[in-house]
Amino acid sequence: MDKFEDRVRITGIGMSEVGRRLDRDPVGLAVDACLAAMADAGLTRNDVDGLSSHPGPQTLDGYSGAGIQDVEQVLNVHPRWFNSGHESSGHGGALVQAALAVAAGLARHVLVYRSTWESTAQLRAKAGGAVASSPVIIDDLQWLIPSGAMSAANWIGAYATRHMHRYGTTREQLGAIALNARRNAMLNPWAIYREPLTMDDYLSARMISTPFGLYDCDVPCDGAVALVVSAAEAARDTRRRDPIRIEAVGTQLAERWTWDNGEIDQLPLIRGAAESMWSRTDLKPKDVDVALLYDGFTFNCLSWLEMLGFCPEGEGGRFVEGGQRIALDGELPLNTQGGQLSGGRLQGYSFLHEACVQLWGEGGDRQVPRSPKVAVTTSGGGAPGGAILLRLD
Amino acid sequence: MDRPYPAITKENAFFWTAGRDNVLRFQHCVACHHYIHPPRPRCPYCLADEIEIVEVSGRGSIATYSINHHQWHPALPPPYAIAYVEIAEAAYVRLTARIVNCAPDEVRIDMPVRVTFEQVGPAWIPMFEPERP
Repeated sequence: MDKFEDRVRITGIGMSEVGRRLDRDPVGLAVDACLAAMADAGLTRNDVDGLSSHPGPQTLDGYSGAGIQDVEQVLNVHPRWFNSGHESSGHGGALVQAALAVAAGLARHVLVYRSTWESTAQLRAKAGGAVASSPVIIDDLQWLIPSGAMSAANWIGAYATRHMHRYGTTREQLGAIALNARRNAMLNPWAIYREPLTMDDYLSARMISTPFGLYDCDVPCDGAVALVVSAAEAARDTRRRDPIRIEAVGTQLAERWTWDNGEIDQLPLIRGAAESMWSRTDLKPKDVDVALLYDGFTFNCLSWLEMLGFCPEGEGGRFVEGGQRIALDGELPLNTQGGQLSGGRLQGYSFLHEACVQLWGEGGDRQVPRSPKVAVTTSGGGAPGGAILLRLD
Repeated sequence: MDRPYPAITKENAFFWTAGRDNVLRFQHCVACHHYIHPPRPRCPYCLADEIEIVEVSGRGSIATYSINHHQWHPALPPPYAIAYVEIAEAAYVRLTARIVNCAPDEVRIDMPVRVTFEQVGPAWIPMFEPERP
């Protein structure tokens, strides 16, 4: 298949400081990550001619730390092409857009970045800073929030309840995902939670929204990630000799776009992403050496495992049970950076970053031992999900 | 802090104020007879633009649920049960609603329920309670 993905490479990655309540300007975090990614690729801002970001301009709640304007005002790369937005195939949609622009010749080296500052924003709101306080709810949230379904923990918890009812999935099985994330985070210097977590700790933690307890939920943090997407022929001008290929992107919306009026047996809006990704490659789930799957909640990750075909639908709980299969030395190492559950909620971008770290063999103590060549990454779900398959050249 | 309520618009007012008459109302396609929710400018099934507003029985069934234990809002003390409720006339139409007049741990998938309302600001928010014989 002649596909646009073959015309681009990932040539550099960067990450800012990551932490709780850093109390730093989130634009500064984004710029730090961009500078690190450029240095990693051996490029300067004179080489960069594109910018792409998710989800758009900075927001007071901390979800977005920096849009295109915020970063361009500092970096001054005068991009030939730029893009940001929230309505894309997962948080990683900004990477897909960048790859499309590069493949189309609109840019040669695009910085893709994502900054978040939810932890500091929560701190500032408690201290009496500016917060959105109107009780009036608009758009599709009107069908959820006035009924007290205020959080994705409520909406996604209900899918998990149904998965348990239908397939016999247990809390201990969801807990295997949380414990695996914590074991990996303990080996990751930038992860937020690095203390040991036992199944007893997991099961006895305070309940948030059934079946989710505290450790089923990811942790808000501050931080930013950036990647450089280069034209395949321009990758020769970069520092790395082994740029990473985008093997396939999964972008389809195959269901109604809704939290409550469509799919409820699985995480909604991920099935199409998984299927469309596999339709663009000859690789199969058995070819994947490491999986970096979005885990805003444990159940998101479980549902991605099933939808990507790593196990039959409904078997995700039994697939992860005990944790051996998904451990660093297991058949499918999962969320080697600690996921968002223990690593921190970098809004989908730590999965892309970590996939590159693992493929380049730079994981240090958390490196998957058998030189991974193929990594699958996902982001989102509920809000539309996206999937991206990466491999070494 | 005030309880959150929907912004009432020309498009959604029929839904959010139906509770004043103690009934649920939905859009309904005159051409293909599908119920449509949330309100849309055309029928998503057949793309017809002739849409009527109809009253339903208010009966439904719990497709799934979550018991919320976290206080997200000062005016919404936990615990409370939130369910995706399928309406009796069309199981493909669901409302996210609180389940009331029932202990949260008594809520079950497939439990039959019927609508009741609470007024918040300009809106009547549908809730559901167990259908008791």
